[in-house]
Amino acid sequence: MGKKEKLLMNRRTWLGGTLAAAVIHVQTAWGKSIQIPTLSSEDDPTKKIGPGPSKLGKRSLFEHPVRKPSDISSRTPLQDLYSTITPSDLHFERHHAGVPVIDPEKYELLIHGMVDKPMKFTLRDLKRFPSVTRTCFIECAGNFRTGKEEMTPQDILGLTSQSEWTGVMLSTLFREVGVQPKATWFLAEGSDAAVLTRSIPVSKGWNDAMIVYAQNGEAIRPEQGYPARLLLPGWEGNTNVKWLRRIELSDQLWMTREETSKYTYPVKDRIRQFSFDMDARSIITFPSYPANVEPGWIEIRGIAWTGRGKVHRVDVSTDSGKTWNSARLQEPVLDKAHTYFRYLWHWSGNETEIMSRVIDETGYMQPTLRQLIDARGVDITGYHLNPITAWVIKRDGSVKFKSESWK
Amino acid sequence: MQKAKGKIGFKGFVVIASGVIVVTLSSLYNRTTLLHNAKLDTSRRTTDSLTWPKTFGYGRVATTQDIAAWDIDIQPDGKGLPAGSGTVHEGKVVYLAKCAACHGAEGKEIAGQKLPAPALVSDTTFQGRKSNTIGNYWPYATTVFDYIRRSMPYTAPGTLTNNEVYALTAYILGQNHIIKTDAVINAQTLPKVIMPAKKHFITDDREGGAEVK
Repeated sequence: MGKKEKLLMNRRTWLGGTLAAAVIHVQTAWGKSIQIPTLSSEDDPTKKIGPGPSKLGKRSLFEHPVRKPSDISSRTPLQDLYSTITPSDLHFERHHAGVPVIDPEKYELLIHGMVDKPMKFTLRDLKRFPSVTRTCFIECAGNFRTGKEEMTPQDILGLTSQSEWTGVMLSTLFREVGVQPKATWFLAEGSDAAVLTRSIPVSKGWNDAMIVYAQNGEAIRPEQGYPARLLLPGWEGNTNVKWLRRIELSDQLWMTREETSKYTYPVKDRIRQFSFDMDARSIITFPSYPANVEPGWIEIRGIAWTGRGKVHRVDVSTDSGKTWNSARLQEPVLDKAHTYFRYLWHWSGNETEIMSRVIDETGYMQPTLRQLIDARGVDITGYHLNPITAWVIKRDGSVKFKSESWK
Repeated sequence: MQKAKGKIGFKGFVVIASGVIVVTLSSLYNRTTLLHNAKLDTSRRTTDSLTWPKTFGYGRVATTQDIAAWDIDIQPDGKGLPAGSGTVHEGKVVYLAKCAACHGAEGKEIAGQKLPAPALVSDTTFQGRKSNTIGNYWPYATTVFDYIRRSMPYTAPGTLTNNEVYALTAYILGQNHIIKTDAVINAQTLPKVIMPAKKHFITDDREGGAEVK
């Protein structure tokens, strides 16, 4: 070991030891205590050589964005993100029987039913087809929680995430197998222990559906469907079947459990099903609980999206919904994608409510909870519920969720 | 130019989505195929030096064995239902052995007790129901068979025989008073069972626009 190397080794060991020894406890967004390192005055970074190159990068010792898991899902920390791509390890999770382990060498996708030529494709086969990359959100159809003031964007709306996906257009595979004209629906089936299934209109397959095997430039994560999943841009998350093993073409649908007893919701005295499109919605992610703000200039930031095309406009109100002004949208505004918005505001220090509403390119404006109740009745559930959500800025600078109940 | 193009594409999509719901089969296919081909033509000419082949030749033709091994789905008309049968009484035995631990002794909601899995049994009254069960909420009986066979029991999915699945289906439908206690459930009888909740289901017809619905 050379002198310089030895010095570096010592430096690294010493650095690690110091950092491990000096920690402070901080509260995370939901009140859990975590430890973060502190630096002493001896740790002037311009006076010490830092660690050298490594095989795998990692986050700064000072950054701790984490998902928030429950028994059945795990939520993206929207309040910790500065733009619209969700880091892959923070993409929300929702699965119905755990995350399967699938050997990519044994993976096969079967396409059969009303096709001229039933085919099986290995992962290698799928990767040989002409590929496409697109950025879009995936959002769980049941993405809304309310109930208390101390809720973060993650708690309220953390079941939405955005990635840059790469794969093969489903239309390319439809041509390869020769989908027959009389086929109107296809079944998408996963190879998890739920063997989850959904019926999808064939038109979506021809339009913009994809079989994707990559997420943000690398192989898709296990929680997102490794080694390959269905991607239906703008459609409810559950239809984007993960760990996809089979597609069957038919002239009738299936009425699977996930499209009858689940992912359906009361509208007046009826149960509405097949709400494929995710309705337009937005949320201010800064300032939001548990942030504290000071009087003066505040750049209000957040995300807006719609499953029916592009975000046309985002309005922000800083006076509890009395007046609205247009926010700046971060270009490029992509189709069926989280769109970042910003609105510069001067806070006087008086208590107020801030909120956002999105207008999509179909002319749809994100409604209030009251409007949704008036349209659907009081038995509404969390499925496809997209009300305007507001934050209360208290005089002491604390930010609280304006929790509205409807029953 | 870019914007106008996007708009046309989107309008087309709305039309297609509504077409699916009313199931205008051939016209729908033609419309989507035309739209699709038009899109492909544009990208082909601008990005690829060669036109796409009719087939890439990747993958292999699936054998009947390949398909049979995975083709487990059931459709509302009974397509896909296997041979075999089961009765309410046979189902009770299977239920107590393999389902009751999570769904409760009778599959019913028990006041003050949180079961590991949802209640399956209730009366068939839709209005004022406390929870969604197979009796008051499920619109198709074939879904019961399909779902049990593909994913139950939760800790040992895919282990039931077809006769066991038929028997469990019979037992659950019987408990919900949808079929008689002496009924035999098989590929012929199951699709004929009319579920009480079916009449309450409607298909989403929203297509965007200003209306909140």
